[in-house]
Amino acid sequence: MESLDKSKFRIIGIDESEAETIVRPNLTYWQDAWRRLKQNKVAIFSLFLLILLFLLCIFGPYIGPDYKFQDMSVRNQGPSAAHWFGTDTLGRDLFSRLWIGGRVSLSIGFVGTLIEVIIGCIYGGISGYFGGSVDDVMMRIVEILNSIPYMIVVIILSVILKPGIVSLLLALCITGWTGMARMVRGQVMQLKESEYILAAKALGSDSNRIIFKHLIPNTIGIIIVYTTFDIPSFIFAEAFLSFIGLGIQPPKTSWGALCSYGQQTMDFYPHQLLFPALAICITMLAFNLLGDGLRDALDPKLRQ
Amino acid sequence: MGKYILKRASYMIFTLFIIVTATFFLMNAMPGDPISQQARKMPPEMQQMLRHKYGLDKPIAERWIMYLKQLLHGNFGDSFVTPGFSVNEIIKYKMPASAWIGIQAVIVGLLIGVILGIIAAFRRNTTADYIVMFIAILGVSVPGFVIAFLLQTVLGGKGNIPIAGWKSASETFAQGLRFTILPTIALCFGSIATYARYMRTSVLDVINQDYILTAQAKGISRIAVAVKHVIRNAIIPIVTILGPQIATIITGTIVIERIFSIPGMGNSMIEAINSNDYNVILGLTIFFSLLYIVSLLLVDITYSLVDPRISLTKKKK
Repeated sequence: MESLDKSKFRIIGIDESEAETIVRPNLTYWQDAWRRLKQNKVAIFSLFLLILLFLLCIFGPYIGPDYKFQDMSVRNQGPSAAHWFGTDTLGRDLFSRLWIGGRVSLSIGFVGTLIEVIIGCIYGGISGYFGGSVDDVMMRIVEILNSIPYMIVVIILSVILKPGIVSLLLALCITGWTGMARMVRGQVMQLKESEYILAAKALGSDSNRIIFKHLIPNTIGIIIVYTTFDIPSFIFAEAFLSFIGLGIQPPKTSWGALCSYGQQTMDFYPHQLLFPALAICITMLAFNLLGDGLRDALDPKLRQ
Repeated sequence: MGKYILKRASYMIFTLFIIVTATFFLMNAMPGDPISQQARKMPPEMQQMLRHKYGLDKPIAERWIMYLKQLLHGNFGDSFVTPGFSVNEIIKYKMPASAWIGIQAVIVGLLIGVILGIIAAFRRNTTADYIVMFIAILGVSVPGFVIAFLLQTVLGGKGNIPIAGWKSASETFAQGLRFTILPTIALCFGSIATYARYMRTSVLDVINQDYILTAQAKGISRIAVAVKHVIRNAIIPIVTILGPQIATIITGTIVIERIFSIPGMGNSMIEAINSNDYNVILGLTIFFSLLYIVSLLLVDITYSLVDPRISLTKKKK
């Protein structure tokens, strides 16, 4: 081994002005999250799958015959070149119907979740920020709403209101927001003790500004994660309701309604059930897997 | 403890009161009363008589008080569609089938889910773990009715397992068991997934605790550590998701019973919805809610019993 002596080392000194230089490019929260998400192949594949599904829902109905067009000469046909996913008992093209149904199912998923996020953020934000007796009362209300079985409320409301997309959304959202409100409240309660909130208060911001400019934007990552898990649960609920005959009424259709019809003929024409069921499963799977990926990418608690 | 139960019970009654009131007024806000729908062909005097018999000619507030009084006596009212058949009788005759598959689904789901979760956690990042996590993600992604159809096509009719149906009155419990196999699996599939996921995270949490390290350092065998220290502590959080899972099972029965044509309460609910039998809808809704609220309370009490760290009464500081 070579001997070490002082002549082999020299002092190179330190340039004081270089100490604070930022060597690597500064990543924002979103760039960082995207970088993490990109590494997760399953999540990216799900994202790709979902985009494909959206495109099919937008353009799919224009590829084949009109979804309402009944052709009695081709009833109950299996998949063929003319009808890719076959036809139903009234001779309607199932490929077109599937994507029309998908529009309804997916829009219920998205709009429902959006309403839930808005109500949940406002309610949870206020409850968490003010605390004390305001929080007590608001959380009691949530508790009461929570102890009513969700589906029962939905069923009752769907019975009373005229079946359709709007009443379906109303029924699904009326107690559905409580989970989101609880989550936002928890986050806000944690965040409101942070220094930057103190700084904002010291600078004279009012509660409104602190809640909506500081607290909510800082919980947005977790809200997004929660949202990706919520969209499938809305699609699930819609399928359930349409399945028992309370959801979308003909001639409109949705994946749940298609499953419900498919079920009646499943012994003879299994394809009529297979495709809508598959569509629901793939969508749910993709949302759940994407949600898992997003949670890893966006939840700062899992970073360490 | 007693004080807590009392407090919760009063909340429970308040919640039930709200549910009863809300559903009662909502159901009555529907256009047309059941008589004009059901007895369309009868002469108006006859309809009027029927209205009088069911008390439908009285103002709504009075009917509401009447209904509350009825409920306090444990009477859910009569069916409008099947005359002479009360909601209590529906519950009495249809409850056993629903309760059977419901309870079976809760138990089977809990057992399998917890076991799968434990396996996944102890064998984390191995094939076994990936398989369990895949089942878990399938469980939350595939609707119960799809599972039911799959089971019917794959297993139904094979061996001694019928595709659908229920035991006849003369058959014994053991003979009837074969009818419950497919509905139970279909009903608890989603729960299995949820339990497995929670159990896995929970076990992984506990494994990293210091007291596990201490136990290992003391030379306790691997199995003893796993059973006595890890699983015992990890299973506690599972109790908290029992409540929501029971709700899932209760609503799940509505669809599952229809698919497997089981003479249960869920099936009666759908029948009532389809025939606009609103006393039955109202009665069953209240009954389902009562069931759910009571099970939530039981879950909370169980939680305090299994986890000594949680005290339900106010913390003493």
